[in-house]
Amino acid sequence: MAYLNIVFDEVYKILFLLIPVLVSVAMIVWLDRRVWAFVQKRQGPNVVGPFGLLQSLADALKYIFKEIIIPASSNKIIFILAPIITMTLALIAWAVIPFGENQALANINVGILYIFAVSSLGVYGIIMGGWASNSKYPFLGAIRSAAQMVSYEVSIGIIIINVLLCVGSLNLSDIVMAQQNMWFIIPLFPMFVIFFISALAETNRPPFDLPEAEAELVAGYQTEYSGMMYAMFWLGEYANILLMCALGSILFLGGWLSPIDLYPFNLIPGVFWLIFKILLLFILFALVKAVVPRYRYDQLMRLGWKIFLPLSLTYVVLTASYLFYFNLLPVI
Amino acid sequence: MKFTRFLKTILMVDFITGLLIALREMFKSKKTINYPFEKGKISPRFRGEHALRRYPNGEERCIACKLCEAVCPAQAITIESAERSDGSRKTTRYDIDMMKCIYCGLCEESCPVDAIVQGPNFEFSTETREELYYTKEKLLDNGDRWENILAANIKSDNPYR
Repeated sequence: MAYLNIVFDEVYKILFLLIPVLVSVAMIVWLDRRVWAFVQKRQGPNVVGPFGLLQSLADALKYIFKEIIIPASSNKIIFILAPIITMTLALIAWAVIPFGENQALANINVGILYIFAVSSLGVYGIIMGGWASNSKYPFLGAIRSAAQMVSYEVSIGIIIINVLLCVGSLNLSDIVMAQQNMWFIIPLFPMFVIFFISALAETNRPPFDLPEAEAELVAGYQTEYSGMMYAMFWLGEYANILLMCALGSILFLGGWLSPIDLYPFNLIPGVFWLIFKILLLFILFALVKAVVPRYRYDQLMRLGWKIFLPLSLTYVVLTASYLFYFNLLPVI
Repeated sequence: MKFTRFLKTILMVDFITGLLIALREMFKSKKTINYPFEKGKISPRFRGEHALRRYPNGEERCIACKLCEAVCPAQAITIESAERSDGSRKTTRYDIDMMKCIYCGLCEESCPVDAIVQGPNFEFSTETREELYYTKEKLLDNGDRWENILAANIKSDNPYR
């Protein structure tokens, strides 16, 4: 009985995290489309619900009732597994995101490694989807996506090392607490910019949306998917974008900390600050989508390997030397 | 020159300018209309859904001359006529296949009595194909429904004909 209680307690906690995340994914799709439309001086979705807020729910409903078509020549098990894996991996990473002091579902001491590992696994969903479709465009899209995500993960990893050098802990709550005096965006600003651009590439957002470049590859790895399976890819993609925004605000923008430690600002709970920062980063994501044209594939690889990797490596050396020289290295 | 270009790339000057332009454009007024709730203005010459008009006394205008049937490039119009009890020639059948129709407006041009006209309505999509085979009843009904606008349109376009 006690065991069951613990299980129920955990399930309750998980649902309390999962449902808001899924709802905010739906809202964020709306926000994305709306910002995109506003930049192009269009109206955007504004009919379903107040300001069109329920548009994503209407879309989801449509996807649920659509027929799922499985190509005859596909590898059926992997074909069905791929969107499930994509969505699951995008959602389980949320377990370690701290929404306040001691407000993470799992406050593990290697949180950042966990997120990094899970987001690296995310590429499997795409590769499996592309390969199992047994069709040209999904396959090409999957190959591109794999190469792109692997390349940019390297620079993201090194950027994270920069932050970890300043913190001395892999725990996400510790990373946030280390920013009480100064957010890491100030000393590590170039790294923040590179992190942001790498996050765009990592989540296959424009201008790095080559895996689904519609002009060349129809829809990339999603070409053969329909109905709810397509919606799951789409959910996973946006959950990943949200996760990257959360990671960016935790690593560089001080997570749940309020920008100024003064009277009216500390009354606002940390969760709201985190949500505010995530939204801010996401609006930047959406604006970039509206502004920049798509990269060519060789430019993408050049940017990842020949610019971002050396830059972030140099910055690691700089950060380490600075901390060592002024004896500021964190004590573990 | 090369150095300034390098600096521009490193500081992402062009990118940030683009972002600022996007931010500025975001708050400008929208160029699109909120379609189902507000509609764009259409010209009196607009060639939309067909209608058969009547005289003010309720008599059908169409005299079954079949000019429209003859001129129709898509051969979408089918007319059959017969003599009515009062001796006038009237159509017994006036069908337009709205899927064949190319909305060229030649039927309206050719009509000597302004009976067949193309009205301002462009929202007549249907769920079945059958509903788009317009019959005489449907066309006359359209004429009755849109008569005010149709008459005004013909009047305002008259000086240019």
